Amino acid sequence: MSRANSHTLVGIVILALLLAVWQILPPAMGVPKFIIPTPADMLAELGRMYRRENLIANTLSTAWYTLLGFAIGSALGAAIGYLLGLSEFWERVLSPYILALQIAPKVAFAPLFIMWFGYNAIPKLLVTVLIVFFPVLVNVLAAMKTVDRDMVNLARAYSLTRWQIFLKVEFPSTLPNLMAGLRIASTLAVIGVTVGELVGGNTGLGFLISYGGGQANASMVFNAIVLLTVIGIVLYSVLVWAEDRLLHYIPKKDH
Amino acid sequence: MALEFKGVTKTFDLPGGNVLTAVKDITFAVKEGEFVSVVGPSGCGKSTILSMTAGLYQPTSGTVTVSGEVVTKPNPHVGFMLQKDLLLPWRTIIKNVEFGLESRGVAKAERRERALFELERCHLKGFESHYPHQLSGGMRQRAALARTLAIDPDIILLDEPFSALDAQTKLLIQNSFAETIQDAGITTLLITHDLSEAVIMSDRVLVLSERPGTVMCEMPIDLPDRAHPLKRRQMPEVHQHAAEIFSLLRLDQRAA
Repeated sequence: MSRANSHTLVGIVILALLLAVWQILPPAMGVPKFIIPTPADMLAELGRMYRRENLIANTLSTAWYTLLGFAIGSALGAAIGYLLGLSEFWERVLSPYILALQIAPKVAFAPLFIMWFGYNAIPKLLVTVLIVFFPVLVNVLAAMKTVDRDMVNLARAYSLTRWQIFLKVEFPSTLPNLMAGLRIASTLAVIGVTVGELVGGNTGLGFLISYGGGQANASMVFNAIVLLTVIGIVLYSVLVWAEDRLLHYIPKKDH
Repeated sequence: MALEFKGVTKTFDLPGGNVLTAVKDITFAVKEGEFVSVVGPSGCGKSTILSMTAGLYQPTSGTVTVSGEVVTKPNPHVGFMLQKDLLLPWRTIIKNVEFGLESRGVAKAERRERALFELERCHLKGFESHYPHQLSGGMRQRAALARTLAIDPDIILLDEPFSALDAQTKLLIQNSFAETIQDAGITTLLITHDLSEAVIMSDRVLVLSERPGTVMCEMPIDLPDRAHPLKRRQMPEVHQHAAEIFSLLRLDQRAA
């Protein structure tokens, strides 16, 4: 049997064991299902959510705002990261503010955004944009500072314009870091949307979590968390897939 | 003259108000088609000479002239190569060789044609669509030479291009570079700290003093077979020349 196959097999066995223990142990110990629901409870609840709670619409709404917030936040983060990377002056002037904003807990802005913009989609989108923005910016900026000076000098000696040097040397050099930043950002995007929906929403999986929590419906909360995780995994996997194709020229380490 | 330094001095302002004089009153000339090496103790301003020839920065006083034109900025007459091959890892070898031609308005088909020609001259035929990481260190340096020659410069500057290679590869690549350079008939300035490398590859060796660097001595190397450093290595005169430079630089005293 090949190594990859045995990996899969062991993985499936572990998952099956985990689900079996989860199914059997809590009832056996007398834990009620509103504290820890079993996988079977959750599956039944999933069916009910599908029929009664607009599960598909809520999931798609969360997925859409995750994607939108991720796209806007990372585009802004990358753009400003590259601009600051091109100008040492502005980087120095602005870096204390960037650091302060980076350290500030972004999710704490959610109630403010709701006060400003009301109970609509804008607050959750803003939280997501804000939370996604920094890892991308910081990764891009750090990469711009470590572009090989000799490579830039070579391009200068070949009379490339400033813009050509950016396009042909600096941007491709920073691509690995940009992709790493995007990967981190993709996992944060789900958090941003969830917090936005938890704090003040009437749609999305975050809303279902707070609604389910209010009804002591632990199965509903668990299901929403699982679906949020799935959204994150899908986004992350697409990025890994894109990264593999874009950075094919970097030799892989053999394990 | 392909390259001329006239009374060139270069100083750098250091933080704290100090001034560092890298090279002082350097004067020398390199004839067309000539291969000249510059040797000297570390920190004597060898790389400063190279950067001023490439036009990356200007002398504080004096002039640097390439093909009769005073160098004031990076210009198409000069190609340079460092210890690092500086191949762009995301480009195939042939796209790397074309890199220098892209800002010069050379049509795509002609770029490809010239790149193929240089790759063949540098013995890299068949590796056009490889990526740099798939090539050995020696092959990568040959690809960098192909890229340098592709822009058809009047002079090429080599800054210790062999020092990162292992001992055997180094001998073979020196030989291969010497052949290619002879074949292209191109003027070459080699900066190196390897004295015997300077002697086996050059028509003439410039010996620089410690910082601030000045030209201490110009040593003509009147030996045959400049295109075959491997043959030159066997000649007894090579060792005499190297020993002479060694004593000029007083390397024995520095070691003590």
